[in-house]
Amino acid sequence: MSEQVEWSDPEAPTPSVPAAVTPVTPADAADAARLVAFGLQPKLQPARDQEYAELLRRYREDPPFARLADAVAAGLGLVVLEVSPRAGMAVTAAEDSVFAVRMGDYARRTSADGGDRFLHGLAHLAVAAMAFPRPEDLADDGYIGRVSVNGVDAFVRQACRRLEERAEEVGENTDPATDAPGLEAAWRIWARRSAAGATKDARRLAGSTTGIVGKAAAFLTDSGFLQRTGDDNGGTYRTTARYQLQVRDMAGSAAMAELLELGVVPVTDGTPTLLPAEAGDDLELAADAGLPFHS
Amino acid sequence: MTSPATTDSVPPQFSAGPRPAPGPAADEGLARRLRALACTAPLHDLDTRKANLAGEYSVYGMAEVALAAIDLVTLNMDFDTGADHDQVVARLIPRIAAQAPQRPVAEHERVARWVLENLINVGSVDRGFRAVYGTFAPDGTYVRRDYDFKLIEEVPGPGGSVYLRTTDEAVNVLVGALDTDVTSAQIAAEVKLEVLISRGRLADAQLAAEQARYRTVQYSETLRRALDATRRNVRAVDWLNSVPDMIAEALDHVADRYRHENAILTNIRKARDESEDPEQKRRAAELVDIVKDCIRRHTQLQSRLLEAGPLFRAEQDRQAFATPMTTSGTDLYGQLFAPLLPLPLEQATRITDAFFARGTGLRTPVSVRVGDLVDILLTPPMEREHLGAEMPEPDLIATPDDSRFSEEQLAAAKRLLDLPADAPRRLSGLLAEARGTGGFDLAYLVALMSIHAASPSVGTAYRQGEEKLLFAVDDGTELDDPDFGGADLIVGTALLDAAGMAADRTEAA
Repeated sequence: MSEQVEWSDPEAPTPSVPAAVTPVTPADAADAARLVAFGLQPKLQPARDQEYAELLRRYREDPPFARLADAVAAGLGLVVLEVSPRAGMAVTAAEDSVFAVRMGDYARRTSADGGDRFLHGLAHLAVAAMAFPRPEDLADDGYIGRVSVNGVDAFVRQACRRLEERAEEVGENTDPATDAPGLEAAWRIWARRSAAGATKDARRLAGSTTGIVGKAAAFLTDSGFLQRTGDDNGGTYRTTARYQLQVRDMAGSAAMAELLELGVVPVTDGTPTLLPAEAGDDLELAADAGLPFHS
Repeated sequence: MTSPATTDSVPPQFSAGPRPAPGPAADEGLARRLRALACTAPLHDLDTRKANLAGEYSVYGMAEVALAAIDLVTLNMDFDTGADHDQVVARLIPRIAAQAPQRPVAEHERVARWVLENLINVGSVDRGFRAVYGTFAPDGTYVRRDYDFKLIEEVPGPGGSVYLRTTDEAVNVLVGALDTDVTSAQIAAEVKLEVLISRGRLADAQLAAEQARYRTVQYSETLRRALDATRRNVRAVDWLNSVPDMIAEALDHVADRYRHENAILTNIRKARDESEDPEQKRRAAELVDIVKDCIRRHTQLQSRLLEAGPLFRAEQDRQAFATPMTTSGTDLYGQLFAPLLPLPLEQATRITDAFFARGTGLRTPVSVRVGDLVDILLTPPMEREHLGAEMPEPDLIATPDDSRFSEEQLAAAKRLLDLPADAPRRLSGLLAEARGTGGFDLAYLVALMSIHAASPSVGTAYRQGEEKLLFAVDDGTELDDPDFGGADLIVGTALLDAAGMAADRTEAA
């Protein structure tokens, strides 16, 4: 990180609590709770708030205070991801915490329709995958990802199309059995949902895939994970340090654990996986030109 | 129909009893045809359901309107966006009006919108159609399957607008079975067209030209998708071999088609101008329009292809030339996204749920106080300023005139170079004359203008309808001059056929 702030600013007052072990006063507890409260406002930037920056400094320089703040966070059901000038007090909700986001609150219809539930979840995963396309991007603290709503949709559709072509190549019939919707291949759900739709009030159709991705992007913006930068391509966004932390330390590993539990072991050796299509694949002119007639 | 080879030593014709079900190979052809058949169902359905509409709509041929709509959308699909919803409706109305001229225009529009909405299938959440058909699985069991398809789909355009595109299924329904390679089919169609024109059979030629245009549209659509993939991630495509090859091949294709279609254009124009039969004249004129449209699409494609190289270099700078990281993060695409997609929905949802639960961050629960609620409800809505802030008066600064030559010098040079068309002059003579009247500066300007004329801007002159054009030719004679060196150019004026060019331009426009 190039913009690492120098912490020992000579003009700032020295921490009120000396490094030696002293009993915790109610004032310390209030300060620690205050810091956690700042962390609960994810859009607040430490650089913009004097008091926030002050408390962050204290957290870094005063280990007993740091332990106190951690304890306050843990007691509230929060997980501390990082405490730094770039990310602030980056906390996230532990499972079953009152701060956790539930799918049912996030979008209607998701409990009734398994397909919609999946689409909303996949939209979040796709935004992250587009924001951090390479493993290095996720590891590099200075990396800022850029995504657009239409770009994410196109990216997922592209991946779906590859699978469709592959299935077609081996002559597999991917049309699902009528009475077993749960067995339908996941990519088909996205592929068959329309990308956009005209509505009476010129807003994005909520049920379309761009509507679903747009909702995810707007939600992540509210979480302080994305910052809106423009209106092109259905809305463009850039990532924040918090989002990188969240994806790297929480979401990625949780989803990976689930995947491994299902017995799917993705093997990579560090080489890029957003692989080139097979030679000439992109030039396959009639790629999916004639689904019914293509032989 | 073929049946799978038996390992049995007994010849198949002697095996007793009918087979319970044909093998999957035979079934696949059947499934394909069933799916093709399904694509036409929404059109038939329109004519069946028109009776349910409030009002007397049986006079309208809905399937005809629907096919016309698919036609319109296909032909208006631009490289970047798609067809505009309202435009399609507007262009449909004349045909609908022709079906029932005595009915009000509002009703015609209603029919157009109804047909279009039904082709999109606005009522369903997927905005698509589903047909159920049955096949035999390899183990002989009978499985019912869902076939999901769309005819017209809505795609996001710039500025949040929504455009229409026809799907491949729809193009196939429209044009007929396209069980062929796009490129070769296009070449075949054009060869056929040329032959037809040379034999004067324009009616058939028009049909062939229209088919060629459908293929052109389909072709650029496929290439658009390929270029989009390139844009997304540098590493996602092989920039060493396959993409440069692809671009080169596509450029070749464009150049080839361009040459070809221009040749056709010239031929048809001749046919149009020479033909006495008004009907044939009209057909030829329509054909000219179609081929011109093809050329326009190719040009669009070409400009896209030329943008690809700089785009790659910029992305390469950003992505590949950074210092390598020592630690490595999760490969979200390779390790999560890609393995997840082929999974059955049930399992995939578990993974996306896990990602969602941990990836969305936190929400502070909202608690409402009745006091606040009352305040909020009683606050009158903010009145918005209708007009924005006042524009500040721009402060203009006059830029100093730092031209190398004055207006008078330019006029003098132009006078010198205003040569009669039949009497070109040597540069040496011109320079000497210029030096005599206006000194070194004027001679310098004349030399510059002469050099410029060595590569005359014919295209600009053509577009602007100039009547004459200054040109300079090097015939190998060396220039003998105190100030300048190089070739002693022959400078002259060429007369251009302004009227002929103007006629050409209006045609090309």
